[in-house]
Amino acid sequence: MTDTIAEHADRDLKAGAPLIEMSGVGKVYGAIRALEGVDLRVNAGEVTCVLGDNGAGKSTLIKIMSGLHSHSEGKFVVDGEEVTFGSPRESLAKGIATVYQDLAVVGLMEVWRNFFLGSEIRKGSYPLAPLDIKAMKRIADEELQKMGIHVKDIDQPIGTLSGGQRQCVAIARAVYFGARVLILDEPTAALGVKQSGVVLKYTAAARDAGLGVVFITHNPHHAYLVGNHFIILKLGRRVLDRKRSEVSLEELTAEMAGGQELAELAHELKR
Amino acid sequence: MSTTVATKNPSPAPAAPQRPRRSLVGQVLARPEIGAAAAAIVIAIFFLISAPAFRSLAAVSTVLYASSTIGIVAVGVALLMIGGEFDLSSGVAVTTSALTAAITSYQLSLNVWVGVLVSLVVALAIGFVNGWLVMRTGIPSFLVTLSTFFVLQGANLGVTKLLTGTVATTNISDMDGFASAQAVFASTLTLGPLNLKITVIWWLVFTLVATWVLLRTRVGNWIFAVGGNQASARAVGVPVRKVKIGLFMGVAFLAWFLGMHLLFAFSTVQSGVGVGNEFVYIIAAVVGGALLTGGYGSAAGAAIGAIIFGMTTQGIVYAGWDPNWFKTFLGVMLLLAVLVNLYIKNVAARRV
Repeated sequence: MTDTIAEHADRDLKAGAPLIEMSGVGKVYGAIRALEGVDLRVNAGEVTCVLGDNGAGKSTLIKIMSGLHSHSEGKFVVDGEEVTFGSPRESLAKGIATVYQDLAVVGLMEVWRNFFLGSEIRKGSYPLAPLDIKAMKRIADEELQKMGIHVKDIDQPIGTLSGGQRQCVAIARAVYFGARVLILDEPTAALGVKQSGVVLKYTAAARDAGLGVVFITHNPHHAYLVGNHFIILKLGRRVLDRKRSEVSLEELTAEMAGGQELAELAHELKR
Repeated sequence: MSTTVATKNPSPAPAAPQRPRRSLVGQVLARPEIGAAAAAIVIAIFFLISAPAFRSLAAVSTVLYASSTIGIVAVGVALLMIGGEFDLSSGVAVTTSALTAAITSYQLSLNVWVGVLVSLVVALAIGFVNGWLVMRTGIPSFLVTLSTFFVLQGANLGVTKLLTGTVATTNISDMDGFASAQAVFASTLTLGPLNLKITVIWWLVFTLVATWVLLRTRVGNWIFAVGGNQASARAVGVPVRKVKIGLFMGVAFLAWFLGMHLLFAFSTVQSGVGVGNEFVYIIAAVVGGALLTGGYGSAAGAAIGAIIFGMTTQGIVYAGWDPNWFKTFLGVMLLLAVLVNLYIKNVAARRV
């Protein structure tokens, strides 16, 4: 399975090279400050985990990186070039692909149509040029099989696959279309233990193939399995920023569970 | 540690499990229009038995004509519904188009083709405004097009009264270009013993084009995607706004086309007609398998839905019954269609 990811990964990716650098990035929605002063670095061949409770600003951060919203302050540098994305297409063009937890795929559409959605193969470039359906079915089928995802029928609606398989198809798609940075938004949130394992394996495989991965989650256990770098957000601010060597799972878990606040709460509740 | 996780996966025996080919029955049942096709056959048999006049060739051409006047707009409405939106203004937009063409050519004493083109621009603008408002404001298309419906209904009557002094347009049959426009929009072809209105041909053409666009082109893929999961489609780079505005304009184009037919078939237009037809188009699309929630349906289904209504409106007359019952039939059909679609969708999803 690692083969295919490595096969499609950009050859120019050098492990450790910075792909995304953010410094002091913030976002204001009207009177609401959703994100403030976030520094973040995504290196090739590394997994940067962004952890945080609900409302911590994780979604805002993803939206800035994937082009759904543009940041209102700070510097956002991709491949050494400062950018402000206006649409998901611009972000995709920079090789940043996002796989969303709940909206990774269109459930009623066939597996192959989902795989190629937004990047369809056509027999010509004029408007209304016919799709090369045969080629798309063949490629989608091959790519998924190589990755160990066996769908009964490439024509089946993707909604009939399991949650883990759907996430994997979405990741496989992003990698196939040459993503250099993969943003995974809570990929394991709605999944069982086994399914989460499958998704985590793909995350690791993408990292080993040299991609920069941003792994967004509120589960420190999953993050610690694959992460090289950990950032915890709270109420739009960064409260922890450590390399893997500088932090233990216990610390991460405690910090996520509320850290100091939790300790105070425990003290308060103790009679 | 994580490297072990990655490599431990022993590339699960590349010998892919043999896939059972989907059975032919399964494939047929998975089509969106299958329920409508079955219903159409039952209704045809029913009228063939109960109404002797229904068995003549003349009846065939009448039924096809009635179906085509519903089916032309219903095809566009089906595509729009697959794209997850709704248009309540399509019925009166037909009348608006016809009135615009008639009044423009008559009041300015121009060739009717000028009126036809002006009316096309107006119709496309209505579609654009519908789509743009829906995308810009995020208000459900139900409400946006309900507003358009009332605006157009009022404007149809008001403007006509203002310019002509009556509630109908002046007869334009002796104006320049009328004959050629009539040949395009409202002529009759004789195929052996069968007299076929040209709208039947256009209806077939539009349905085939729509089917092809839907299943064989990138735009079709995008239509399914924006209706099935708009946020997801946007995230992978589908231009959601363009697709949806395009769909509204498609409905408006077909409404214009039907408006031109009505104008050149009758040479004059009553400004109050068309109200209520939007529901007939929507029901034809739903009976044909389009989901109200979007992301599923077919153009052929809408055509079959139109045939069902064509057969029923005419069949009731041929059988000598009170045609007022048609609306009752419409309601029952809609309910049955929704139930059948729901059932078939579940069966199809399980069968794969």
